[in-house]
Amino acid sequence: MVQAESSSLEPVAKRVYSYYPGCSLHASAKEFDVSAKLVCQKLGIELRELEDWICCGASAAHSTSHLLSLALPAHTLKQAGEKGLPLAVPCAMCFSRLRITLHELKKKETLDLVSRTLEKELSTDVTVESMLDVLANESISLPVTKPLERLKVACYYGCLLARPPEVIGCDDAENPQTMDRLMGRLGAEVADWGLKTSCCGAGVSFPRLDIVLKLSHRILSLARSTGADCIAVACPMCHANLDMYQKDMTAKHKEKTNLPVLYFTQLMGLALGFSPKELHLDRHLTDPLPMLREKGLA
Amino acid sequence: MLKSTAIILGPVNDFLSSVQSHTGQSITACYQCGKCTAGCPSAYAMDITPRQIMRAIQLGLKDEVLDSSAIWLCLSCETCSLRCPREIDIARVMEAMRHLSLSEGRRPAQKDVVTLYNSFLQQVRLFGRVYDLGFGVAYNMRSGHPFSNVTRLPGLFARRKLKLAPDRTKGASEVRRIAARAKELERMRT
Repeated sequence: MVQAESSSLEPVAKRVYSYYPGCSLHASAKEFDVSAKLVCQKLGIELRELEDWICCGASAAHSTSHLLSLALPAHTLKQAGEKGLPLAVPCAMCFSRLRITLHELKKKETLDLVSRTLEKELSTDVTVESMLDVLANESISLPVTKPLERLKVACYYGCLLARPPEVIGCDDAENPQTMDRLMGRLGAEVADWGLKTSCCGAGVSFPRLDIVLKLSHRILSLARSTGADCIAVACPMCHANLDMYQKDMTAKHKEKTNLPVLYFTQLMGLALGFSPKELHLDRHLTDPLPMLREKGLA
Repeated sequence: MLKSTAIILGPVNDFLSSVQSHTGQSITACYQCGKCTAGCPSAYAMDITPRQIMRAIQLGLKDEVLDSSAIWLCLSCETCSLRCPREIDIARVMEAMRHLSLSEGRRPAQKDVVTLYNSFLQQVRLFGRVYDLGFGVAYNMRSGHPFSNVTRLPGLFARRKLKLAPDRTKGASEVRRIAARAKELERMRT
């Protein structure tokens, strides 16, 4: 078992970030926003939300117009650059679009074209970090009051926090460890499994639910087979696909699918002493509370 | 290393050259090992596989590529690009094929997928951000499946997953300006 770290340690220095929640965190993934903010506050990390931020364009821009897929995130990068603070981004989709845009803007021809699109001078002098990387930083001490003992977590990174690894900054695109190590520091046991970075079906649930059901069911089944009590995610789209359709899967496979899917920040929040209510654990379609009560965590 | 040399040469053709210059990817380097398809999560649902897309481009079979369901069922997961032993960014090529298919005004083999993207971007132009309920309604109406997902609504409201009103941001006008300008510049370039 991992020993909970001492709570007497004060945060070393105040860390301040600009914050880009993205559309999901203001709506269907509100619990990710709420839990990320609580955890940051507890760890002495200040988040300053960008004013009047706009959507990153997500898969829709990326699949229909290359220039639009760069121009929308470039607007956010411009805003962040003006603040002079690193940008923290919880949503894996927004993070991926912002990082890829930043990478593409390093080519002069692209920088010129996107600058002409925005009619603004752009620079690449801005840092974009995923909330996972912000919080998994091992120089931040974790004042754990309720270690996640007896809880086995299957960490799921999905596509967007893994690929392309050289742009995203992923430690190992086939078997990443960042979230696993973080969960370990909170006292949880982590599952060693093979679908950490396999696609859940992404955004096609409206037109092709069959594909989402097939891919997400495979992920849930393998996680369950390792003895995991829940899956931890850092992406609202993965969360929706894995959490929302478990009843459909139960009906389709005539075998109960019931595996809670939590944001990694909600699990951090529990370990740091916040209540299920504060962490909005009642917002999931697959109710995690019975399992958490059984483990003495709720 | 043979990296920059074509391993399997089909006849030189305009489609192959234009895809290569447009994407910066060396399609001729593909030696058809099939690793892209082996790792592709949606290949099972495609009419032709990612490996076959690469071969079709080498052979200049433009219609087979641009009218395939494969380019629309690619989930942009990038597993193919990560694992390609020839270091071809296959996901980037699939993306470029979607854009080309749209710019030529072709009828997409998965038209609901395109409707999904258009409905999403419509919300972004309207509000600057995606409004989930508006997005769902717009998709249902445009795709001709008006009752799709309707039975999920009570559950989603009970879990507070859906907001009744969109976020309002001053950024909305900025999005409209950027979208119009991107369209104009892309038209000028093609």
